[in-house]
Amino acid sequence: MRDSMNTGPSNTSNTSSSTLPTPASKPPTRSRHWNWLEKFLPILSLVLLFVALAILSPHFLTLPNLSNVARRTAVINIMALGMTLIIISGGIDLSVGSVMAFSGIAGTMLLQAGLPLPVAILGAMVAGMAWGLINSLLITQLRVSPFIATLGTMGAARGLTLVITDGLPIVRLPRTFGFLGDGNLLQIIPVPLAILLALAFLTGYILKFTRLGRYAFAIGSNREAARYAGIPITRYLIAIYCLAGAFTGMAAMIASSRLMTGQPTAGQGYELSVIAAVVIGGGSLAGGEGSVSGTVVGAFIMSLISNGSNLLGVSPFWQQVLIGSVIVFAVAVDELRKRKQG
Amino acid sequence: MTVPPETSINSETSPSDSKPPARLEMRGVSKSFSGVTVLRRANLTAKAGEVHGLVGENGAGKSTLMKILSGELPRDAGEIFWEGRPAGIESRSDSQRLGISMIHQELSLAPHLSVAANIFLGREPLKGWGALDRRAELEEATRSLAELGFELDASRPVSLLNPAERQLVEIARALTASSGLIIMDEPTSSLSSPEVEDLFSVVEKLKQRGVSIIFVTHRLEELARIADRVTVLRDGAVVHSTEMPRKDFSPLIHAMVGRELRDLFPARKVLPGPVILKVENLSRRGMIENANLELRRGEVVGLAGLIGAGCTELVETLFGAWPPETGEVRIEGKPVSIRAPQDAIRAGMVLITEDRKTTGLALPLPLSHNITLSNLRALVRAGKIGLREEKRVAQKFIERLRIRASSVDQKTASLSGGNQQKAVLAKWLFCEPRIFLLDEPTRGVDVGSRQEIYGLMNELAEAGAAILMISSELEEILGMSDRVLVMRAGRIVKELVTRETSQEEIMHYAALASSNAGEEVH
Repeated sequence: MRDSMNTGPSNTSNTSSSTLPTPASKPPTRSRHWNWLEKFLPILSLVLLFVALAILSPHFLTLPNLSNVARRTAVINIMALGMTLIIISGGIDLSVGSVMAFSGIAGTMLLQAGLPLPVAILGAMVAGMAWGLINSLLITQLRVSPFIATLGTMGAARGLTLVITDGLPIVRLPRTFGFLGDGNLLQIIPVPLAILLALAFLTGYILKFTRLGRYAFAIGSNREAARYAGIPITRYLIAIYCLAGAFTGMAAMIASSRLMTGQPTAGQGYELSVIAAVVIGGGSLAGGEGSVSGTVVGAFIMSLISNGSNLLGVSPFWQQVLIGSVIVFAVAVDELRKRKQG
Repeated sequence: MTVPPETSINSETSPSDSKPPARLEMRGVSKSFSGVTVLRRANLTAKAGEVHGLVGENGAGKSTLMKILSGELPRDAGEIFWEGRPAGIESRSDSQRLGISMIHQELSLAPHLSVAANIFLGREPLKGWGALDRRAELEEATRSLAELGFELDASRPVSLLNPAERQLVEIARALTASSGLIIMDEPTSSLSSPEVEDLFSVVEKLKQRGVSIIFVTHRLEELARIADRVTVLRDGAVVHSTEMPRKDFSPLIHAMVGRELRDLFPARKVLPGPVILKVENLSRRGMIENANLELRRGEVVGLAGLIGAGCTELVETLFGAWPPETGEVRIEGKPVSIRAPQDAIRAGMVLITEDRKTTGLALPLPLSHNITLSNLRALVRAGKIGLREEKRVAQKFIERLRIRASSVDQKTASLSGGNQQKAVLAKWLFCEPRIFLLDEPTRGVDVGSRQEIYGLMNELAEAGAAILMISSELEEILGMSDRVLVMRAGRIVKELVTRETSQEEIMHYAALASSNAGEEVH
């Protein structure tokens, strides 16, 4: 940690508070505008992207398309909310994609067995929490680093899902199940979007107003200082990974509902999109930084890029290049902003 | 303070034509960060073979001036001359080329590499075909360490060294790298007395070789022994520059704080009361052996020992950072089981650790979050943190401890060292503990803040708290404590009454392994 007052570059100063002449200081307004711009770059990019697509493609600004974008984003985004908590606490979870498949299978099997939808959703969330518990115990008790521990469970959860299903999807689900992924509230609000918003508010509340959120920041900023401050780190890390697992279970049921099947191969590669959403939104893999609003914006930026590319006929190969560049660019801008603030 | 007009200097010629030019001359150096002026046209001159003290309170601009000299920070204005010519220092490599090196206050070593590899980091000896010559590196490092009189194994990884030993590695690195000018930023703050002696003899040798040394410190007694000249910075400006006085520091202190300081160690108004903490046979293998001690209400007990004697290990074990293997702890007569810091905090015992950056504060967080971190529970109603109440609490402590911060939301990392230490104190005061374990509470803290911390300790003791204070400055131990416990090799070997003892007697028990030092404990 080198950002003491003495190390920050100084040229972005606003000198209004100082009465002394400082020869090399620049006019304050421009630099302040730059800071402001850099801070709001993610949301600005999202708005620009939206406007640009609205102009470039006649199909973009249509209800079916927007509703489709919202439904697709919700799955990644709900998982990214849990990942935001994990990344703030200085961890990472590579197993989200596999856990999504596992809990999706668990939930759809309960549906297939004739249990009501709320019970099935609960079942999927409990399955996700179970993997969160396993991850956090590996991390806190066996002291395996989060990257390695979840790399292991990424394989294990996927493998178990395939063993349980013999590699075959869970089908013949009750028709009402479709409401979760494809239904609308008040005829217009996609159900997945409503669920996403509710969970985003919940996560935002947790981060700002509860000890869980505050301690996540403290543990991610300086784990030793948090320990010496008397924070029971193990207990809080378990809670964080379990909560994220529950979110993954919810996302899994939405994804299954959209396909009307439980897919054992669902969620492959999702871990990278989920982590990307968090870091585009300002989360730092070093821990201690991240926000719900940033993550939500990050997830929407990625899905608009992919939706827009489809509408404009950009090949999926180039889409990957585009999204990769956006991730690196977003993080680079964020680092620049932090270094300037000192 | 004289200010040379910045335009009058002809950069082609020497600034002082009559005499031989000084090795280093900094003129009119200014710097500001985000609108806050940190340096105002500061001047500094260092001759060959001169030890130049640089003193001032925390935040006076010492580190910034040195970072500008070493090329780590750009300057807003001012000029730097080296041997009478413009030095052209724009980056770290420019200053290295001139033979300037800096020993950092914040240690900057690669922990997983060996001592030798750290000493030669960035200028490793190579074999003809470009591979690292590890044997030459090790031999060379061993030789320089021996020459400096440091007892360090060059092949050990730095991660296994304690802070003092790491400081020695930093010093060895700087000394082997450069010959012109060495900046030492608080080099003694984590060293014990014998190690300080070693360092001073090294400084003496370097002086004879014609190396210039800029010695940044808070300890005037040390400067009196080694410095030729001294410069005082206050609020970014040079307010005093003179021959280093040998005895009477009051003009210096006056210049530093801008006011007269009365007695550094204020007297306490209470006598020790009943026993509040009783520790019996506390042990942890390889760290502490059968420690027995008592603390009374209203009492300050000093804990003294050389580096590695186990003082820090003792208080960390008491606090539950490392659970003890055997032993019994009683607080107000009741046995308590302390397996983790939260147990100690619940029992009313807190630890201010020696290293606030790694164990004291979450530096990226806002100041208010650090202040309330250990007692957040008190602000929670129905699961929700009362943010307004939190701000109020933080504001109260900022005022009470006179923490210099722009707001409760300021990032803790951007506070000066003394103010960070006050933030740590605020965090623990908010827990309203009865027992304070203080590990080097004034390390790297300026004279003014230091006196405030002593005043606070007395205030706490007078209110009935008990304080156990580790310090490597015996003067501080003698000035503040009622009793002194001396540790050596993981054991408490002697208890002394402060009024009847002396620095010599404490050192005697701390350093001697035999004779009348006594086996009180065994």
